[in-house]
Amino acid sequence: MELRKDYFADVRKDGLHEIGQPRPRLDSPGHVTGKTAYFADRNFPGMLHLKMVRSPHHHARIRSIDTSEAEKHPGVVRVLTARDVPHNVYTILILIQVGPEDETVLADGKVRWKGEAVVAVLAETERAAQEAAAKVKVDYEVLPAVFDMEGALKPGAPLVNEYHGQNYYHYDSGECRKVRFGDVEAGFARADHILEQSYQSSPIEHAPTETTGCVVTPEGNDRFTCYTNTQAMFFTLDNASIILQMPGSKLHFVGGTVGGGFGGKVDVIVEPIAILSAKLTGRPVSFIYSREEEMQISSPRAAEKVVIKDGVMKDGRIVARKVTGYTDAGAYSRHSPYGAQKGAAHYPGPYTIPNVWIDTYCVYTNRTPSSAMRGFGVTIGDFALEVQMDKLARLIGMDPLEFRFINAYRDGDMKAHRQRTEGAALIECMQEASRAANWPVAEKYMAMSSYRKGA
Amino acid sequence: MSLALQTFSSVKDANAALQAAGTRYLGGGTLVVRAANEGDVSVSSLVRVTDPGLSRIAVSGGKVRLGAAVTMAAIARHPELAALAPAARAVGGPAIRNMATVGGNLFAPAPYGDFAVALLALGATVVTEDSEMPIEAFFAARDGSRAIVTGANVALPGTDCFRFLKVSRVKPKGVSVLSIAALLQRAPDGTVTSTRIAMGCMADRPIRALATEKALLGCKLTPREIAPALAVAGEGIAPITDPIASAWYRAEVLPVYLGRLLSN
Amino acid sequence: MAKVPVQFTLNGSEKAEFVESGTTLLHALRDKIGDTSPKGGCHQGTCGACSVIVDGELRLSCLTLAETCSDADIRTTAGLAEGGVLQPLQRAFLDAFATQCGFCTPGMIMAAKVLLDRTPNPSREDVVEALSGNICRCTGYEPIIQAVLTAARANSQNAA
Repeated sequence: MELRKDYFADVRKDGLHEIGQPRPRLDSPGHVTGKTAYFADRNFPGMLHLKMVRSPHHHARIRSIDTSEAEKHPGVVRVLTARDVPHNVYTILILIQVGPEDETVLADGKVRWKGEAVVAVLAETERAAQEAAAKVKVDYEVLPAVFDMEGALKPGAPLVNEYHGQNYYHYDSGECRKVRFGDVEAGFARADHILEQSYQSSPIEHAPTETTGCVVTPEGNDRFTCYTNTQAMFFTLDNASIILQMPGSKLHFVGGTVGGGFGGKVDVIVEPIAILSAKLTGRPVSFIYSREEEMQISSPRAAEKVVIKDGVMKDGRIVARKVTGYTDAGAYSRHSPYGAQKGAAHYPGPYTIPNVWIDTYCVYTNRTPSSAMRGFGVTIGDFALEVQMDKLARLIGMDPLEFRFINAYRDGDMKAHRQRTEGAALIECMQEASRAANWPVAEKYMAMSSYRKGA
Repeated sequence: MSLALQTFSSVKDANAALQAAGTRYLGGGTLVVRAANEGDVSVSSLVRVTDPGLSRIAVSGGKVRLGAAVTMAAIARHPELAALAPAARAVGGPAIRNMATVGGNLFAPAPYGDFAVALLALGATVVTEDSEMPIEAFFAARDGSRAIVTGANVALPGTDCFRFLKVSRVKPKGVSVLSIAALLQRAPDGTVTSTRIAMGCMADRPIRALATEKALLGCKLTPREIAPALAVAGEGIAPITDPIASAWYRAEVLPVYLGRLLSN
Repeated sequence: MAKVPVQFTLNGSEKAEFVESGTTLLHALRDKIGDTSPKGGCHQGTCGACSVIVDGELRLSCLTLAETCSDADIRTTAGLAEGGVLQPLQRAFLDAFATQCGFCTPGMIMAAKVLLDRTPNPSREDVVEALSGNICRCTGYEPIIQAVLTAARANSQNAA
């Protein structure tokens, strides 16, 4: 590793004792000896195994559920349906007042995506739970489903989620998150060139090596210890408290060691039903996703569509940018209203553009609910934006790196969402990238700085 | 019903036990234990045979008898089976190759069964307790087969006669997009005099590329001369669709990879 | 449910347990014997997190039935350090920053150990091939490959 201390030399203290020094990871000795304790390394006598009966349909009304044969199956201890869950309709972000509650712990009257949890079976062994799950009879009336965002937004599309009343999330700003800065139409009117392009992505699964799960044990004093690989400990505790209508003081969460998360373990999915199971049976309960469940059931990164229209001058200045972003939440909100909102702030990119118009929609479809994953709301946007930047540079016959120098944001610039830029280092990063990649740019760009006079 | 394992010392006794409903034969475990782990509750009993003869490799007179329990690793490291080694090494990672067997590979549904593709191209015969049948006949009757496969007999190809290619998206190892094996006999001037070409992932089990085989006869293995053979590569295929690739994609890339394998 | 006896040597000590017939070696090791160093990542033979060494050969404990391991010599990552002293392989993983979430690490170390036991001076290609059945979803493959190569050099220096 090489530290380039000539950048920002006048504003940086040089007493760095840790940066640039190799330091052993605190958790490595446990990893290399196999002693690190993951949640599934806990095993308790009499532990029950939970298997979920899941919807085979993308969208269906549940006419009836018959669990009688499953309950009689040898080894089965308890079978749970929606009516066993104290507060069955929830949404994770209610903790920060982002409602409405729109998702069921166990399906009640309707399923909205293929794989949705309907009935939980608790048995002495995994095998008995699997066999009994196969004996649960659910009578479905299949409903028309919608799988693409444009289709979902069309008038007359099947309504995915009644708790929203329409197939998009209703922000306080209306049907989408909006950013308005300058006069984008005036910008287009004076632009030398206009380029409008559409970009889209598919859902992406995190595929952690350790699947999602938890082990819950009743402590005998009305308290429950939940060993979990959640990445969002207190989020999970507070949501479990709401769903189970139990004070948080009754819940002891043990976690911190996650066998790969990447944002895929921030949804509160396995813990509430496992704690409820432990409460209703008085036994320790293990609920661990199979690999198939991890791939098919756990939330992926949302599919996104980004439509970018840019007005650019021959000299390289982008004078107007209009972006419409669509985030496919799947059937339920989870973290997607927040992801779409992040996109609204992010779409101008690290560039200073005087006229900006952004609309981002969080759309409901009958697909697997999406949620967080590494930079969700901005990563796909960056892909779209930087491909767009290359296309714009080509359009006006300019070097793509020099084109970025011209538009790079610098300290003091006002961003479209009204945050003034500070601590920018894009110019310096590109200067160093130019050297490292042996992609020379004109000397005037190498002489630029992220500081602006008077900033 | 829980899962139970029955162990027998002879194939005969195991064959009798295998007639019971819900019973499957356990080879290396990479197919049947996986199915049980994944919640396949249709299998309640596994049968295995400890007869060491099933793990034997016998080479003589240019032929090899591979016992059904011979692992991919055993084939890959056998000094006289260099021709088969690339196909054996194409299966799984090192741990899988220590477990996966010849017999299991014959039953593996696509996209698995890369070694069986090689066996099909080589015109192997499949041996059970009381029969020996051409591998094509075995594949045709595979779904209803209840007799334990005890081995495969294979004529070892001469130097430079046998080519094998597995295409996967992950390097160095991954599940097959497709696999191709080609046995090619050529005249001194390089023209193809006879050939057997087998393909994996082009159906639910390995199949022959019959139209391509026919079109190759009399051709030299140059891009120009093999072009008609590649043009008919898609005849009779029904590629699988799975998370690795769609049927459309597999059909599109088949002639490309077939061309790379065949042209010198 | 029929219980069957299984008896084998685990990291040099004798173990005997009754397990349900059809129990995997992974389940027996983790839930009966209490060695949780092999991890269950996929239970389909794809990820390699459950890799153990059975009679000197790398195997996937999730696809191996415990009953088939009678009298076997089984080695896991938990048994590698002798008297609390890390083996060069473990030391190299530590020093080379070759662990992130750690879930794949015990399996990676088992795969690397059988390689180094047979091929003391492996090439980079040998290492890549040996680890090809083990998935690291933190995608830290490069430090892992470097760790195995470093351990090989440390071993050969110790032997010299």
